[in-house]
Amino acid sequence: MSQQNYDAIVIGGGHNGLVNACYLAKNGLKTLVLERRHLVGGAAITEELLPGYKFTTFSYALSLIRPDICEELNLPQHGMMTLPMPNDFHPGFNGDYLKFNGDAYEDYHEVARYSAEDAEALHDFRHLMNRVCYAMKPIMDSIPPNSRSDDPEELQRVADLHGYLEGLDDDIQELIHKLWRGSIAEVLDEYFESELLKGLMASSSIIGSMVGPRSPGSGLVWLFHKMGEYDGSFGSWGFHKGGNGGFTQVLAKALRSFGGEILLDAGVSEVLRQEGRTTGVRLTDGREFYAPTVVSALDPRNTFLKLVDPAELPADLVSHIEAYKFQGSASKVNFVLNDVPPYPGFEGNTEIFRGFTNVGPTLDYLQEAFEDAAAGRISRRPFIDACVQSTVDPDMTPPGKHIMSCFVMYTPYHLAESDWDTERETLGDIVQETLNEFFPGFHDIVEHREVVTPLDIERIVGISEGNIFHGELFADQMFMNRPAPGWNQYRTPIAGYYQCGSGTHPGGCVIGAPGKLAAQQILGDLVSAI
Amino acid sequence: MPKTTPFHPRLEALNRTKIWDNWAGYLTAPRYQYSDLSEYYAIRNSAGLLDTSPLFKYRFSGADATKFLMHAMARDIRKCRVGQAQYTTWCDDNGFVIEDGVIVRTTENDYLLTAAEPNLRYFRQINRKIGLADCQIDDVSADYGILALQGPHSLNILRGLTADAEKLRYFRSVQTEIGDKPVLLTRTGFTGDLGYELWIKAEDCLDVWDTLMAAGKDYNITPLGLHALKIARVEAGLLLLDVDFSSTRYAWVDAQRETPIELGWEWMFRGLHKDDRDFIGRVAIESEIANKTSRWKTVGLTVDWHHYQQLHREAGIMPPLDGVFHEGTMNIYRQSEIPWDYAGYATSLVYSSILRKHIAIAKLPLDLCEPGSQVSLEITIIRRSVNVLARVAEMPFFNPNRKTNLI
Repeated sequence: MSQQNYDAIVIGGGHNGLVNACYLAKNGLKTLVLERRHLVGGAAITEELLPGYKFTTFSYALSLIRPDICEELNLPQHGMMTLPMPNDFHPGFNGDYLKFNGDAYEDYHEVARYSAEDAEALHDFRHLMNRVCYAMKPIMDSIPPNSRSDDPEELQRVADLHGYLEGLDDDIQELIHKLWRGSIAEVLDEYFESELLKGLMASSSIIGSMVGPRSPGSGLVWLFHKMGEYDGSFGSWGFHKGGNGGFTQVLAKALRSFGGEILLDAGVSEVLRQEGRTTGVRLTDGREFYAPTVVSALDPRNTFLKLVDPAELPADLVSHIEAYKFQGSASKVNFVLNDVPPYPGFEGNTEIFRGFTNVGPTLDYLQEAFEDAAAGRISRRPFIDACVQSTVDPDMTPPGKHIMSCFVMYTPYHLAESDWDTERETLGDIVQETLNEFFPGFHDIVEHREVVTPLDIERIVGISEGNIFHGELFADQMFMNRPAPGWNQYRTPIAGYYQCGSGTHPGGCVIGAPGKLAAQQILGDLVSAI
Repeated sequence: MPKTTPFHPRLEALNRTKIWDNWAGYLTAPRYQYSDLSEYYAIRNSAGLLDTSPLFKYRFSGADATKFLMHAMARDIRKCRVGQAQYTTWCDDNGFVIEDGVIVRTTENDYLLTAAEPNLRYFRQINRKIGLADCQIDDVSADYGILALQGPHSLNILRGLTADAEKLRYFRSVQTEIGDKPVLLTRTGFTGDLGYELWIKAEDCLDVWDTLMAAGKDYNITPLGLHALKIARVEAGLLLLDVDFSSTRYAWVDAQRETPIELGWEWMFRGLHKDDRDFIGRVAIESEIANKTSRWKTVGLTVDWHHYQQLHREAGIMPPLDGVFHEGTMNIYRQSEIPWDYAGYATSLVYSSILRKHIAIAKLPLDLCEPGSQVSLEITIIRRSVNVLARVAEMPFFNPNRKTNLI
């Protein structure tokens, strides 16, 4: 067996693994990323499944990627390019719709077609949201305190955190409290009356999560998504040039520029341990690589229960990880189209598709979709977040064609009366039928369809139960509890073995922060050890 | 009433904002849609189409045209062969810049020049003074419309319309046809990206516009307003008259004037010792280079990302990124013990979305011009002046290979 020595080995070449490796390599560690598949990117990949057609198989837009990471890793130099989404389109029933252009007053008049008060409230609410997000940003971008530690420094950090939150303006605190535990519907009902507007605004509250807009917990999922930004504007999204796989390729370039190495087709079967500390990894093909620092970018179940022997871990940690909720609920259906979807009155108009197309007209619609999933069924009328990146990025398809990525909720990983291998095309049919309802004639423009079920996400990407965030974004699994109380600072009970996946603070959504913050912890520990 | 360019009927229909600016007396759109950024990214990601017809256009022709340009232009026109284009400048006797522009040599004795300001009388007077027998100088501004087709997919669009685009190298020109209409096609532009400019006879302008827009439909071809262009040109390190420098013609004192060396165009005078031309401003420029008497240099600046964030965090506000766009004077100070130790000023400051940071074009004393030199740039945070750390950077800030490569 070959033997190679590194300062650090990162298991998993998804965006967090790559970000983590970049920081380690940049700080002088001889770093190796081991990726099980034939390409890096994890769930942020672009695949040319048909010649000339680039599919964002899984993840499909960018917002939460931390701006400090882009700056510190020189990502623009390596080709990072996030195209803005100047429009959002929200079809309703009976020809209703909301169409946003990004001009504050034009958007005002658009909402005012349904409610002048809502149009004004939207301005106020957005301003409050910006203040909330700005207040939460330092929390998102730092290693959370350890709630189980008796270390005076950690106790002080917990106290400082409380002090910080209490020092925020009252209206900011109030909204944070509501969102942290409550439902998004309660908040939206307080501000708005238009069902169409509320339906649009609620969509961020259910993404990838087993909650409906009226379920407690949807507030936090919503807040989490709003923490993203585009050029200094919270809650705004963009398309990475060439899809999100374009972004992870940029990270790979950055890693190589720092001297890091990537090994593909290198699945790890076990993290090697000796006397309570890690010594390296063994691959599924038997090869071994050695390093005093090993970082798992995989999800908590893989990190704690599969790569190491849970019997060697504290029982408290193991029981937390066993209870940690994955319950993937999202899937993708990606279409090749020979035109943009036809909406009555906007036929052939590519402009309205330059951002998110939000199929999920009202809170009721979304809640009903959730009730199906709660009963173990695919939503009969699903929520669909559709993106036609080819309307702004001509490199996605051959001329004259379009590619539409559809993110679909809800598709519970655990189906009550069937299984995903049986239901794959059923899901494709339901999504296509729903799109045809909102865009009459949609059936006629479909040239090809790819269905990605939660089980596919688990099988292909390796994320347990296909949860796109490496575990639910519920308060009990966030911040000081992510992935488990006492083990939220990227360390594990095995010395030298760390975690940096989306199952650590702050969470998933192509943020990169887990990768960076884990590197910060690792580098700090290495300095302390000297 | 402002004049309109030959493309106006199309532009008017496309301008959703209904807002117009005045460019040299012509209506011009600052933007066609609400998102400047979408237009900007068309330049970097797909293709943008910009009407630059308000530029003044001059034709130099006759057996003595080359001789005339050898004298009037600071850069050696003999290096610009038939089928080439040259970025050049013309100066006064004291070596101060009048203007810059791109000149195309269409045949042995025929040149076309674009200029931001009227220059017909200026050039003719020089000609009268030196008395060349066979050099005609004509104002052909109204005879042509000019379109800039810029962006990584610009070649894909042209490829389907003319066989001549494929092999056209950077700063080369070719007479061709677009949809049966004669067009002078040059691989030039003001965006720092792959791009082309087309000289089109006024009466053919609408047809060519329609042909290009139809061919570009599948490449996200996007009409460009001036604002998007101005973001791109700062990234490209291209200077703008009346923003980054003033013409010596309308200056009152030398403090308002600039030499080509001070503007960073020293490269135009490489090999000057082997160049026997008697061009206007030569003595002064040679002396400035030899004696290193430049008063300042025009350099790029990047604003420190972390410091910009930190200053705004301290003030309690979100740092403005998208939309930051200043054309004006912003003071720069030395990082020294002395507070407000004046060093120079920036003339253009923009947030570059693609570079994810603020960049500026600045004038600094020679000792601060090394890339990496640190200075303090005065910005305003909640109506108060604050100094943010900035570093001298090489221009262009953004310079993709496709700009100059043979694709």
